[in-house]
Amino acid sequence: MTQPLLTVKNLSKSFAARGAASAKDSRTIYAVDDVGFHVEHGETLGLVGESGCGKSTTGRLIMRLIEPSEGSVQFEGQDVLSLKGTDLKRLRKAMQIVFQDPFSSLNPRMSVEDIIIEPLVVQGDMNGTDMRRRARQLLDKVGLSSAHAGRYPHEFSGGQRQRVGIARALAPNPKFIVCDEAVSALDVSVQAQVINLLQDLQEEFGLSYLFISHDLSVVRHISTRVAVMYLGKIVEIADKKTLYASPRHPYTQALLASIPVPHPSLRRQRARIGGEVASALAPPSGCRFSQRCPMAEDLCRREAPAMRHLAASHEVACHFAERSGTRAASPKARAVG
Amino acid sequence: MSSRTVSETPAGVVARKYFWRGRIARRLMKHRSFVIGAVLCTLVLLVAIFAPLIAPTDPNRMAIRFRFQPPSWDFPLGTDNLGRNLVSRVAYGARLSLMIGLGVVLLNAAFGVLLGALAGYFERLDGFLMRLSDALMAFPSILLAIGIAAALGASATTAVIALAVVYIPRTARILRASVLVVKEQEFVQASQAAGASHGRILFRRILPNCMAPLIVQLSFVFAYAVLSEAVLSFLGLGAPPTTPSWGILISEGRSYIREAPWLTIVPGGAIAVTVLGLNLLGDGLRDVLDPRVKMDGA
Repeated sequence: MTQPLLTVKNLSKSFAARGAASAKDSRTIYAVDDVGFHVEHGETLGLVGESGCGKSTTGRLIMRLIEPSEGSVQFEGQDVLSLKGTDLKRLRKAMQIVFQDPFSSLNPRMSVEDIIIEPLVVQGDMNGTDMRRRARQLLDKVGLSSAHAGRYPHEFSGGQRQRVGIARALAPNPKFIVCDEAVSALDVSVQAQVINLLQDLQEEFGLSYLFISHDLSVVRHISTRVAVMYLGKIVEIADKKTLYASPRHPYTQALLASIPVPHPSLRRQRARIGGEVASALAPPSGCRFSQRCPMAEDLCRREAPAMRHLAASHEVACHFAERSGTRAASPKARAVG
Repeated sequence: MSSRTVSETPAGVVARKYFWRGRIARRLMKHRSFVIGAVLCTLVLLVAIFAPLIAPTDPNRMAIRFRFQPPSWDFPLGTDNLGRNLVSRVAYGARLSLMIGLGVVLLNAAFGVLLGALAGYFERLDGFLMRLSDALMAFPSILLAIGIAAALGASATTAVIALAVVYIPRTARILRASVLVVKEQEFVQASQAAGASHGRILFRRILPNCMAPLIVQLSFVFAYAVLSEAVLSFLGLGAPPTTPSWGILISEGRSYIREAPWLTIVPGGAIAVTVLGLNLLGDGLRDVLDPRVKMDGA
C-alpha cells in the first residue's frame, strides 16, 4: 500500500478560555481533541459536523494557520508541524486553502490579478510577466474572463469571488486543498456550479481535497470518504456509500435523519436527538455524545470510546456500534415523534 | 498609458504601474473635496513661504498710536494691543505653526502607526505596549507635554517632540483597533497560507486597510498641535516669543476678546482653514485609495 498524501494523528488544539474571573479559574477549551485521519492521493475527504465542533479549526491546524497543541501531520512523508522558515514556505505551495466567506477572503484593495498571484509573488520563483500570464490562465480555468484581471473584488458577485479564491489556491500548483465551507455562503445554484468546478479541477490536476462543510448533501455529492465530527472529536469515518447507507454512530444517524426529504409522503421517521451540544469548556466525561445519545449506558458516561475499525474502511468511536447498526435497519422501532 | 498596454487587454486594463499612476491622479482630480482641500492647503503654504512679501511691516514692529485698530483699509486684519499689524503676524505665524503641526503629525504618525500596528498584530506585545500607553494617557496631555519640553530644553524642535509623544498613545490605540479588526479577515490567513512573512502581512496587507480612521486622527493631531504649541510657548517652553505663531496670537488676543475680537478670530480662522484643508485632503486621499469608492458622483 502506498503512503497516503496526508496523515493526521492525535491532532489537538486547546485554547485558554477568555474572561476567566481569576487566573485560578482559567479553563481550557478543547476545540480539537485527538483527531486522526488520512487523505489519499486524488480523493476528497468530507469533514462534517455542526457549527463549533472544530472542523474549521482542524483545517487550519493542518495548514498551520493555527499552531496545534499536540499531534502530528505528515504531508508526503514530511512532518508539517516541525517545518520552519523557508521549508514551511515551500510546503505552502503544495497545500492551499479556500475560505468560506468570499467577502472577507479577498483583500478589497488588491486587484483580482494581484490577489491570484500573491502566492507566486511570495514564493518568488516566477517573473512578473509569467505570473500575470498565469493569473489570466487561472481566471479562464475557473470560469471567469481574463479581462477581469484588473478589477477589484467588490465588482464581483459572491460566486465569482469564490472562483477568484479558488484561482488563488490553484496558483502555486498545489496537490492538496482545504475547502473550508467553500460553498456554504453561496446560493444553491451557484453552489452547484462551484462544486462542479472543484470536481473538474480535481480531475484535471489530480488534486486532493479536505472538504469541510456542515451540509451533508453537498458532502455526499463531492466526497470519496466522509468523517463526522462532534465536539472536537471524530466519531465516524467511512467511505461515502457505507456512511450514508449504514451509519453506525448514533450521532451520524441523527445527522443523516435530519436531512430534509423533499417529498411529503416520504417523510422520514426522525431519530431526534434532544438537548444542546455540551459546552467544549466542560465536555461530559466518557463519550462526549453520551448526554444526548438515545442509547447511552453507564459505560458511555464512564469511558470515552476509542476509534475502532468495523470494516477496512469504516471506523467508529462508539461502544455499541454493532448494536446501533440494527437500530438503523429498523428506524421506526425507535423513532420519536 | 501607452497604446501597447491597452491593446494587450481589450477591457482597457493596463500594466499595473501605469494603471495606478494614471488612475490615482485622475481619481484625485475628480474628487471635489480633495481639490478644495488641495487649494486651501496650497494657499496656506504660499502664505507661509511668501510671508516677507505679504507682510507690510515687520511682525514685531510696534506702533502704540495704532493699537487696537479694527480691520480697515490701512490694517486689513487690524492691530493688536501693541499696535502690531496682524497681517504680518498671521503670515509669519503660518511658518512656525505649519512647521510644528506637520512635524508633530509626521513624528506622531511614524511612531503611533508602528506601535499600534505591532500591538494589534502581535498579541505578546499588546499587553506591554497598551499598558505603556495607558501610563502616558494617565497624564493630562498638556502637563505631559510641558514636562517633556521642560526636560529637553526650550525650542521649537522640543515642542514638536513633546507634542508628538503626547499624542502617540492615542494614534497607536486607534491603529491597534483597526488592525485587530482587519487581521481577523480571511484574506490575512490567505496571505499566511501563501507563505507571506509577518512583515509583509502586517505592512502591505493589513495597514492599507486601516487608513481611514488614521487619516481622520492625524488631522485632529494637527489641530491640537497648533493649539497646544501656544501653551508651550506661553510658558516659555516652545519657540522664543519673538517668533509669532497662530497659537501664540490666539492666547495673546484672548485677554482682549471683548474689545478686539479680531485678535482671536483671525488666527483662529487661519487654523480652521488649514485644518479644514487637511481634512478635505485626507478625505479625498481616503476615498481615492479605496477602490470600492465610486468616483463618478464625487
